[in-house]
Amino acid sequence: MSTIGYQQWAVDLAQVTSIYPFQGSEIIMTIIGVVFWLGWHKVQFNQENQKMNGAREAETDPSDTS
Amino acid sequence: MDGNLNALTTIFTEFYYWVTVVFMFLIHVGFCLYEVSASRHKNHMHTLMKNVMIIPLVTITFFLFGWWIYWTFPNFPLFGTLDLDAGQNNLPWSETMGTNLSDHITGVFWAAFLLFSWTAASIVSGSVIERIRSSAFWIHAILIGSVFWVIDAAWGWHYAGWMVRELGYHDAYASGVIHAIAGGYALGVLTVLGPRIGKFDSNGVARIIPPHNPWLLAVGIFMIYTGFWGFYAACNVPIISPALIDGQITGATWTATNIYLTPTTLSAITFNFLMSLSGGLMAAYIVSKGDAFWTFSGGLAGIITASAGNDLYHPIQALLIGAAGVICAYKLHYYVERKFKIDDAVGAVAVHGYAGVVGLIISGFVLWGVPSSPFDGYAAINPIGQLLGALIMFGLLGFLPAYLVTRVQSSLGILRIPETIELKGLDFVDNLSRELAEEHLVAIEKERSVQDQTRS
Repeated sequence: MSTIGYQQWAVDLAQVTSIYPFQGSEIIMTIIGVVFWLGWHKVQFNQENQKMNGAREAETDPSDTS
Repeated sequence: MDGNLNALTTIFTEFYYWVTVVFMFLIHVGFCLYEVSASRHKNHMHTLMKNVMIIPLVTITFFLFGWWIYWTFPNFPLFGTLDLDAGQNNLPWSETMGTNLSDHITGVFWAAFLLFSWTAASIVSGSVIERIRSSAFWIHAILIGSVFWVIDAAWGWHYAGWMVRELGYHDAYASGVIHAIAGGYALGVLTVLGPRIGKFDSNGVARIIPPHNPWLLAVGIFMIYTGFWGFYAACNVPIISPALIDGQITGATWTATNIYLTPTTLSAITFNFLMSLSGGLMAAYIVSKGDAFWTFSGGLAGIITASAGNDLYHPIQALLIGAAGVICAYKLHYYVERKFKIDDAVGAVAVHGYAGVVGLIISGFVLWGVPSSPFDGYAAINPIGQLLGALIMFGLLGFLPAYLVTRVQSSLGILRIPETIELKGLDFVDNLSRELAEEHLVAIEKERSVQDQTRS
């Protein structure tokens, strides 16, 4: 078993094309990439909102650090 | 890679583009230094983070769709449909978009274009510092870096692009396709975003907010100059035979070409890079009366102005064109600032946008009648084509989409940071949680020491 499709390098390299793992699952990997990218934006936007709100409250009432 | 010459050419080309990519990384390092140096102390880390995160966000989106856009859009939508066949090998799930022993070029060529994408986004980044929300800016970084500049490259920076064929558009080292579009895009964002608090006094007169660290700013601009060498080399095909070009060039003499596959040499562009840099520096020194910020930026603007035709100009032409572009860009910057109250914190609209537009227009006259392509049926370079090209780059693909998207962000209230935070500084936001945690620890320690004293 080999995740790249080759178990040994006794091959003619002229016949070799892709050698990355899990060939055939490129579209699934792309979908995972898109979810990772868009998910990052969502998480970052929420974190930024929290920070902004926290800073605004702290600036409005510096004594309140809870 | 059968045959020694074929193998050597392939490996040389692969390594050539790889080296240009490494050099071009310095452009981004330079932009980071430049931008942070131009910001005030209270905004340093936030400014740096805003620019650094361009790298992953533009990279992932350029992998997912930016590269595909370049190959499918050369004639879409005015002169044909999407070229799905050309795009097929450049989809994110294509076998050539990964480790593949039968393809030695796609990865390094993709990376060279990607570094141009970072540059386009980074140009916009500097102009909007100290008041834009990072989340809002990063949407723009993706739009300029992985969508709009890529469309303009497909149209006007591709051997089969419709602007080259129909208008005779010529822009060898990207006066328009990187710089004019990025400058126009920055202006579109700035028009809606508004100036930093305190930039204009109650009478509307602009105040100078000087860079906090001119020395670091100089280092940054030198890094950008250095990376620009790599950019120039990356814009060329290093060596190709007339047979492979398959156009009108006769004989068997191999040559370097620009992106349009018309001949030039590394020697020529080295002459012209240095001469246009010199012209820009000299003109900027005079017009700004020795102001360091504008002199350094003027060197860059000189190169940008001459870049459209630096594959063909005589070095003295490159020198004078670089100088002329800088004078126009400097004057336009202050005119727009006064007239429209635009606060461009690093002069990016001028250095990249106005200089790029001026460079395109000048090249239309200086290169009038020169063949724009080695292929039959293409319009020759001409002033009207270059002027229309400049309008498309700066206005249609730069200013307009930026203005519209920024208006939407503004109406949703997700564009600009709150006024209280702008006054306090953006680093206050990022440092606040750490400061609160430190205060909490100090409070615990005090409480513990009080308890210890009580016990003893």
